[in-house]
Amino acid sequence: MYSVPSTKKEQVRKSNRNWNALLEKYRVLLIFLVLCIAAGFLSDAFFTMNNIMNVFRQVSIIAIIGSGMTLVILIAGIDLSVGAVMAFSGAILAGILTAGFPLSVALLGALAVGLLFGVFNGFVVARFGVPSFIVTLATMVIARGMTLVYTKGYPLVVSNELYRYIGNGKFFGVPIPIIIMFAVFGFMYWMLKYTSFGRYIYAIGGNEETAILAGINVKSIKVAVFGIAGLLSALSAVIYTSRLMSAQPTAGSGIELDAIAAVIIGGTSLTGGKGGVIGTLIGALIMGVLDNVLNLMNVSPFYQSIAKGLVILVAVLVDSKFARIKK
Amino acid sequence: MDSMLLEMKQITKEFPGVKALEGVSIKINRSEILALIGENGAGKSTLMKILAGAHQPSSGQIYLHGKPVTIEGPKHSQNLGISIIYQEFNLIPHMSVAENIFIGREPRKAKGILHRKKIKEETRKWLDKVGLTQLSSDTIISDLSVAEQQLVEISKALSFNSQIIIMDEPTAALNDEDTSKLLKIMKELKQQGIGIIFITHRLEEVQAVADRVSVLRDGKYIGSSLTQAITKDEMVTIMVGRELTELFPEKTIPDSSNSIEVTNVNVPNVLQNINFQVKKGEVVGIAGLLGAGKTELSKALFGLYKNMSGTVTVGSMNISSPKQAIDAGIALVTDDRKQEGLVLGLSVYENLLLPAYRKISRFGVLQKDKKDEIVNRWINDLKIKVHDPHVEVRTLSGGNQQKVVLGKWLQMNPKVLILNEPTRGIDVGAKAEIYQIMKRLTEKGISIIMFSSDMPELLGLSHRILVMHGGRISAELNQSKATQENIFYFASGGGVSV
Repeated sequence: MYSVPSTKKEQVRKSNRNWNALLEKYRVLLIFLVLCIAAGFLSDAFFTMNNIMNVFRQVSIIAIIGSGMTLVILIAGIDLSVGAVMAFSGAILAGILTAGFPLSVALLGALAVGLLFGVFNGFVVARFGVPSFIVTLATMVIARGMTLVYTKGYPLVVSNELYRYIGNGKFFGVPIPIIIMFAVFGFMYWMLKYTSFGRYIYAIGGNEETAILAGINVKSIKVAVFGIAGLLSALSAVIYTSRLMSAQPTAGSGIELDAIAAVIIGGTSLTGGKGGVIGTLIGALIMGVLDNVLNLMNVSPFYQSIAKGLVILVAVLVDSKFARIKK
Repeated sequence: MDSMLLEMKQITKEFPGVKALEGVSIKINRSEILALIGENGAGKSTLMKILAGAHQPSSGQIYLHGKPVTIEGPKHSQNLGISIIYQEFNLIPHMSVAENIFIGREPRKAKGILHRKKIKEETRKWLDKVGLTQLSSDTIISDLSVAEQQLVEISKALSFNSQIIIMDEPTAALNDEDTSKLLKIMKELKQQGIGIIFITHRLEEVQAVADRVSVLRDGKYIGSSLTQAITKDEMVTIMVGRELTELFPEKTIPDSSNSIEVTNVNVPNVLQNINFQVKKGEVVGIAGLLGAGKTELSKALFGLYKNMSGTVTVGSMNISSPKQAIDAGIALVTDDRKQEGLVLGLSVYENLLLPAYRKISRFGVLQKDKKDEIVNRWINDLKIKVHDPHVEVRTLSGGNQQKVVLGKWLQMNPKVLILNEPTRGIDVGAKAEIYQIMKRLTEKGISIIMFSSDMPELLGLSHRILVMHGGRISAELNQSKATQENIFYFASGGGVSV
């Protein structure tokens, strides 16, 4: 007797759920598009090729670091050391170059430094079960200190024309940093979706106990994830140092927070197991476009910071609303 | 061929200071369902963890197909063809059904690269086996119902070609319909030659599916019997180790005055025309199938619906918010003690003191001996079995956890106690103790409104039973009319004109 109306209700609920699911899946993209359209209205200069390239190039460093951060947050961790590691890698790169070694040695050296810091983070987290927040807070301070010791607090200027090309050159009209960024995201997307390593990252973040019971080597995956985050910090250092043609001791300070913001705006859950790199890319772009349009409108950078904070807040609120609907 | 799948002989497991198991021997044959019963803390879980490879026995021997084996770890256990379905599911919430089933052993195209198509095809096969023919293998686990998740767990077990499946209270979170489906699937698996060890508190289910029963008590093996050869009462007696002459205490004679009056309560689309009163010292049972509006009614009584019309009155107070409900003396014990009733990571001591902290602002800082006094009083009053009140609540058995929840609420001196499934997942001995506590409360003049899906409990404790169907009360049954058949008749929509 009651079964007929109740199944109808069920159907309505189901179709509602489908809409919600769709909305949830693409809401970051939606926010981004709305923001772009608004930006177009606010400034004529926004939709020019030059400006768009500009936005992409400006976000490339945050986005690359953010992609590594995504992996860390997917396993329910956090990495605060990325900015400091970036500064130290850059300093090492500049140091090796100015000591007269070839560019390849300098690049490898910088990447190795990032990787080592990351692996160290991962090892302490996995082996001793220390919360990643604490471990990476410590390595953040250590890496920043090592940078200051190594540079004595002054920028290290480099001069190498081939190296200048990485940060400032173009390939078929597209700035190299953008190409590197898309290559990184393309690889990360593929890896998360189609390799067992990628799926295990989700498994660990979703339910670590189950992952262990399934015989997954959880510890080594954690080490690898932090290692990748460190490696990508170093890659960012390669781009950043090349753009300025000098290694700044203060490079990357606060960038860990921008990267975390990009990940969260992109819809990756801080509790792990849910999200992905595409969201992070769009999250970074949202912040980039916001900065860009406020710049074009000559708004003071101080206000830009407030605007960014508000966007993060809205993103998180929307997220918790969706979480409630699902419940 | 030998029909014996697994035998555990004289298993003893000692933890520092405790003997969790002592000389336990059980065996399971091909095509057999063995029910393993015993009170909480009897050692069932420890025994299962040994089979899972999570613990090593201190002494004793396990034989698989007649050959002695040492189970080295979870993975090894699985490879030996033993699968365990835990009470707390081990599925990964945001991953698909297919990924969950094949996690850790995905078919690959090349090293490290997944063969997604093959994973899906394989999954289809295993889902069909447990009757989930409609379920897409791409569905995300968190979108599934509890019952569906359970079946996914079982298909995962089957996909390992497991010959022995252990289910730890699989029906605890299921409604009647899903339970009978699950029992049917268990029987089908049995036909396919699988041996199932079935841990449950529900003796009706034991009688419905199990071929044999083994009983554990206080870590000791008490005995085994064919299910047909033993009655439910005998099982209870053996489990508890004493005659439970009086599971349900004699009912208190209620006062003539009402403590709570519910008049014309309506919540759009949820509840219609709810009217009833409860006398001081009376127990009113509320019965109904899933979705009949039981949970909703308990929330309405606590003032949780803003769009409610009609009145809920306690004393002279009208209730329209949880704060008013608490002030008026209504205590709501939810059915989800782990989520809502307790802070699992805190100690028994701290949990019991949570409501007392409210008084701190009035009386200043609580002294340690005052705190100890409160805690000791409730531990003694409610007979909470804990050797040290400073242990985390999560380590307690379900029955003792429930007592802590009760202790928290009773400190408020409630006039009306709303209980939701007060004994779900609790063994028979602890049940009896909770019933005794309820009896003592009614003697003090407290009214109890008990929402329950446990028929014997409803019938044994309630002065009256209200049956719900479709968001309204479809019948009020006094003691002479309250029978299982009547309740079921009205709960399933009988006697209601639509």
